Amino acid sequence: MAKTVLEVKDLKMYYFTSRGVVKAVDNVSFELKKGEVLGLAGESGCGKSSLGFTLMGMPTPPGKIVGGSVKIDGREIVGLPEDVLRREIRWQKISMIFQGAMNALNPVYTIGYQMIEPLIYHKGMEKEEALDRAMKYLELVGLSPEIVYRYPHELSGGMKQRVIIATALILEPEVVIADEPTTALDVVVQAQIINLMKKLKKELGLSMIFITHDLSILAEISDRVAIMYAGKIIEIGDSQKIYYEPAHPYTQKLLAAIPRLHEDVDKLEFIPGQPPNLIKPPSGCRFHPRCPYAMQICKEQEPELKEIDKDHYAACWLL
Amino acid sequence: MAEPILKVENLKKYFPIKRGLLGALRGEPPRFVRAVDGVSFEVYKQEVFALVGESGCGKTTTGKLVMKLLEPTDGRIYLEGKDVTELKTQEEIKAYRRKVQMIFQDPFSSMNPRFRIYDVLEEPLLIHGIGETRAEREELIYKALEMVKIVPPEDYVGRHPHMLSGGQRQRVAIARALILNPTFIVADEPVSMLDVSIRAEILELMKELKEKMGVTYLYITHDLSTARYFSDWIAVMYLGRIVEMGPAKVVIDNPIHPYTRALLAAVPEPIPERRNIIKELPIKGEVPSAVNIPPGCRFHPRCVYMEKGLCDVKHPQLIEYEHNHWVECHLAGKI
Repeated sequence: MAKTVLEVKDLKMYYFTSRGVVKAVDNVSFELKKGEVLGLAGESGCGKSSLGFTLMGMPTPPGKIVGGSVKIDGREIVGLPEDVLRREIRWQKISMIFQGAMNALNPVYTIGYQMIEPLIYHKGMEKEEALDRAMKYLELVGLSPEIVYRYPHELSGGMKQRVIIATALILEPEVVIADEPTTALDVVVQAQIINLMKKLKKELGLSMIFITHDLSILAEISDRVAIMYAGKIIEIGDSQKIYYEPAHPYTQKLLAAIPRLHEDVDKLEFIPGQPPNLIKPPSGCRFHPRCPYAMQICKEQEPELKEIDKDHYAACWLL
Repeated sequence: MAEPILKVENLKKYFPIKRGLLGALRGEPPRFVRAVDGVSFEVYKQEVFALVGESGCGKTTTGKLVMKLLEPTDGRIYLEGKDVTELKTQEEIKAYRRKVQMIFQDPFSSMNPRFRIYDVLEEPLLIHGIGETRAEREELIYKALEMVKIVPPEDYVGRHPHMLSGGQRQRVAIARALILNPTFIVADEPVSMLDVSIRAEILELMKELKEKMGVTYLYITHDLSTARYFSDWIAVMYLGRIVEMGPAKVVIDNPIHPYTRALLAAVPEPIPERRNIIKELPIKGEVPSAVNIPPGCRFHPRCVYMEKGLCDVKHPQLIEYEHNHWVECHLAGKI
């Protein structure tokens, strides 16, 4: 049995806005094993990116972690002071590949300068040694090592995304969070980046959380999948089970909404209505106003995540 | 066969690049971005014609040329048999715009944030002088909103765009295009900014309107799965040219051009057992710039089947490989 590298329990992260408290991440629990890719999916505004940033210990203001625990490699990070987080956790233990690689690099510094910064800061390396390491990582992601001397504007979108991936891996973190790493890329480049991530997973045994709203991309890489709705995980399990025997009506609807490339679909399904306001989420099951099977109990009581099969959990009163 | 609604013939759009004073003095030849470089196709009534390709392939420029938002460098566009490129006066262009409408990609920026939904929909009516009285216009606006299922319309006409969700906004954008009862709609990536669940809803709506109201679409997209679902015809563009064209299912299920094959291989599919397989992509390198278009077949530097002495020298012709299935490749049928 592979060891657990990330353990999240009852995590709560709320945004304290002038309009009220937005419960963006509400009682989320899951585990990530070494060498495993967990896919995190849901519509925009369901809290998946908020969860990613919370795991990094950096909820976007006015967000605050209200409760729960996040253990990376056994070490609790909720409640650690910012300087400890920065020195010992972030990028060393857990790192992130950001959405929109185009804007994540500083245009006035060379790629090398930006890549060696964490090595000098965290590992106290000399510049020469750090550059060597940066070149090694660039080769690993399929780029030529001499790119360390180039500036971001000289690279294409796909190359920049590779640089971002190399930078996220350079301190050999236990966990990598990839937040929509392929949006804004063309299909061919997207497929190349997914291939790269598969290769890295295999060669380095990466443990990764892959966040996207696109269930097709998620299927390409995830071992397990978690579906989020309105700040909660409503279904989680082995990816084959999620794709072929989805238990929650929301998951079923999401999957039926994808047009297939080689299949004739008469009519795509869609979910009427829109995701709820997280300041005042609906009572009971948060999906009930949009659920075609909603019953009385759904409006009154909130369903818990229930084991319905081996490694397959869902939160729904129908089960 | 009936006459096509829209016919595009050898359409070209070159954007000049500034040489600068020094360049001009040195007598450097002017350079151009060849965004659209000889595109021809026909669209028939109540059909959806999809232009598919990666960013920079010229698909949006083609759409803008059809809308007459840009003037072509060369080539002809006919709408219902009438040459559109000849239209010069304001009146003629205005009359044309009434027949051809556009749905834009981003529903967040395609509407004036200070307008109410009522104003957004009234504007085209005022511009084209439709509806004598306010009551008549209101009637048309309500009808258009009901058509795109923004119901009850009374609840929405007074709202501002920011008070609607992305899906609702895109539906208002569709209503705005439909309110003039156009013959032809150019839909430029209408669903690419939307969530998967809402995407399906908008596609279903557009499909329904096609069947009910006989709308004809030019659907511009990078997404082959939605193109297959929504379109009757697919044309794949690469560096300003159509490299393969045919009925949607034929192009997707039996692709001939190596570029189409590579694009199709790159499409992610919701099949989790493939997660540990690294898919071979039959394509090399990256898209070259449209300023320095490679000689011969413009795809040859990236093509895995490239034949030296043929593909890198001679420009291939768009040939009818099988009935209604057109391919621009020297090796069509041999690979």
